[in-house]
Amino acid sequence: MALIDPASAAQTYDVIVVGSGAAGGQAAYTLTMEGARVLMLEAGRNYEPRTESPMFQTPDAAPLRGQGTPGKPFGFFDATIDGGWSVPGEPYTNASAEPGRNFTWWRARMLGGRTNHWGRISLRNGPYDFKPRSRDGLGFDWPISYEDVAPYYDKVEMLIGVYGTNEGLENTPSSPEGVLLPPPKARIGELLAKQRGRTLGIPVIPIHRAVLSQPLDHVSIPAKLHPGNAKAQRILAEDMQNRAACFWATPCGRGCAIRANYQSTTVHIPPAMATGNLDLITNAMVREVTVGPSGKATGVTFIDKTTGREHHVSARAVVLGASACETARLLLNSKSALFPDGLANSSGLVGKYIMDTVGADFGGQVPLLESLPPHNEDGAGGGHVYVPWWLYKEQAAGKLGFARGYHVEFGTGKMMPEGYIDMGESADGRATFGSRLREEARRYYGSFVSFTGRGDMIPNKDSYCEIDPKVVDKWGIPVLRFTWKWSEHEIRQVAHMQRTFADWITAMGGTYKTPPEADGRKAIKPGGWIIHEVGGTIMGEKASSSVTNSWSQTWDVRNLFVADGGVFASNADKNPTLTIMALAWRTADRVLDEMRKGNI
Amino acid sequence: MSDPGSGSHPLAARMDRRLAIKWMLAASAGALLVDPLGLSAAAPGPAPGGYGKDPDLLKEHKPGDYWPLTFSEGARRDVAALCNLIIPMDDRSPSASSLGVHDFIDEWVSAPYPAQAKDRTIILEGLAWVDAQSRRRFGVAFSDASPEERLSLCGEMAPEAPAGSELERPSRFFRRFRNLTLAGFFSTPVGMKDLGYVGNVPLPRFEGPPADLVERLGLTGEVTW
Repeated sequence: MALIDPASAAQTYDVIVVGSGAAGGQAAYTLTMEGARVLMLEAGRNYEPRTESPMFQTPDAAPLRGQGTPGKPFGFFDATIDGGWSVPGEPYTNASAEPGRNFTWWRARMLGGRTNHWGRISLRNGPYDFKPRSRDGLGFDWPISYEDVAPYYDKVEMLIGVYGTNEGLENTPSSPEGVLLPPPKARIGELLAKQRGRTLGIPVIPIHRAVLSQPLDHVSIPAKLHPGNAKAQRILAEDMQNRAACFWATPCGRGCAIRANYQSTTVHIPPAMATGNLDLITNAMVREVTVGPSGKATGVTFIDKTTGREHHVSARAVVLGASACETARLLLNSKSALFPDGLANSSGLVGKYIMDTVGADFGGQVPLLESLPPHNEDGAGGGHVYVPWWLYKEQAAGKLGFARGYHVEFGTGKMMPEGYIDMGESADGRATFGSRLREEARRYYGSFVSFTGRGDMIPNKDSYCEIDPKVVDKWGIPVLRFTWKWSEHEIRQVAHMQRTFADWITAMGGTYKTPPEADGRKAIKPGGWIIHEVGGTIMGEKASSSVTNSWSQTWDVRNLFVADGGVFASNADKNPTLTIMALAWRTADRVLDEMRKGNI
Repeated sequence: MSDPGSGSHPLAARMDRRLAIKWMLAASAGALLVDPLGLSAAAPGPAPGGYGKDPDLLKEHKPGDYWPLTFSEGARRDVAALCNLIIPMDDRSPSASSLGVHDFIDEWVSAPYPAQAKDRTIILEGLAWVDAQSRRRFGVAFSDASPEERLSLCGEMAPEAPAGSELERPSRFFRRFRNLTLAGFFSTPVGMKDLGYVGNVPLPRFEGPPADLVERLGLTGEVTW
């Protein structure tokens, strides 16, 4: 089994997995390692980070010095292929043109999806994050608790490799001893922020990121992850030895040829392939999940993008990991006599309650960091530290005016200059040039600090996607139409970020050009901008008020599962990818269990 | 991408840009309705296309690989001269033009993307203004003017000009041109070295900041991992 063309697909499979990113990759990994025969369908092309990642290229080797364009919005060297805010021939629409009502949708049509370029920030949801309604009466509780997911967080962290520490802070879970890899040392600007943050009561601790700060323990981890499964242990032990530790250079967002960070294409798919249990078809745009007369899923219909021809493949179970909104779209487009409103949609909630992360930035210039002696600050790519939400008590006491928290990420240091350099203008607004400008450039470079807030969004009934009644993509498949609205909780949260970050820059002895924005509406990033789309097929206690049960198994179709962020019943400030993987592993366990019992 | 066989006349749809530049030349140079830099011929909007969504990331690219460039020889010389006023050679590194920054700016203003198309208008108008001023005052192209003459013209554009004033657009042009020059220069290995960027090399360990620096900033107590 291997990368195949549609004509070579087997008669039937145990499981069809739609998508190859964090969800599809993890589901396929778990299923194939435990012996299931899996067909993975990916809408984009095959992608091989080992030979395609631009690891040490400098911006002058790229058009426009590597700066973002509509073709490559995050820059020329960003790993995203055939994706971005728009995908040619695959539109989406927004119901309202009003400011603040738009959703912007990032997609990546490539093997491994968005895991190839993501920030690798891997934070566990805490106990509060699974039961938010019980705490503040807003949104929904999940039908599962932190304890249900914790063993899967452990497994995923051991598999992919996550650096960080256990600090024991509120709602910021610790991993078991020996699971996390050692964190890289803080940079000079991060140390200064840590010191000055303390005066404001802000705790700065090592961040958790999926980057190998040392090689994985290939001797003991495989047995912990696959007890009693000698074949899986052997494959994983071998694969772990083929992943190098980070060599502290080149941004993670370009992809990693030495496999030092997590991306589905370097961590999930290679061992899954090595089992011999995985078939993969790329350029396969899934149109519909098909159902039989008994109401069970029979397989999927997809279009081979290279020929435009339609194919059908069948399996005992179907696992959707197409991305939260793409999965909702697929279900809504899977209409039949038995399911006239779309599949798994008896609640009417498919596409409802989509969420993103609340985002806003603020930065300044810090004279203490000017003209520092040159030293290598590349580190592990992204930030080495962060701030978990720290104002739970103030919030519970009703002092903040918004219900949910945010964490803070950092940008500091002498990073590789790519494109625009923020440079001085004299107090009188005169643009400097010549030798004075050269002197300023050397002095200011590395003295800028930016803070990025990433906050919890509460699901609301005005944020959803549905099928656009008029527009289809180039394959004739109806597209999504989005409706979006932030609540006052998110708006006020952003205003709080702005105030806090400005105070912090001041505490560092720094200054800023534009004052913090008091109106959160003006500082909040548009819906979708943070690329943490979740919800749309939320899990719950009851079939009438959710799309899946606590195992991410759809209420209406027992052999149909959602492995991606669609099942999130809330969106904590924690970046969703680690939780997506933990839940996908748990879902795959459920699929295996249901197959063993003969239920599907 | 370029279409050399389609004849020498710009399409009618491109007239807006040409007229704007001629109008600007006329306004800034009195009755001088000539275009020695050939900017009005260059003025047709950017070429269609671009590098798409799946370019070869490992290939070394040069300006002009993906879309045709804009500047005539004369314009290119002016742009190089202006770049070098902004980043001249000094005892540490060479001038902007010696790193090809003028070709980067040409690539930038020629690019078939919306952000660059906006800059194209600003940069081409600004270059027309600079050249016209130079010819009117000094009798030569900007690139042939004396260093003092060039400096004086830059000095006029450098202050922030009040909205509606005669220098508003030249000042806006200068700021944009300056930032493109900075971006083009410091994103090269030579420019990075000039700034003191010493990364982009594989390391066996990440050591963090030097201890003496940490101590000098009073941060020794913060190193807890």
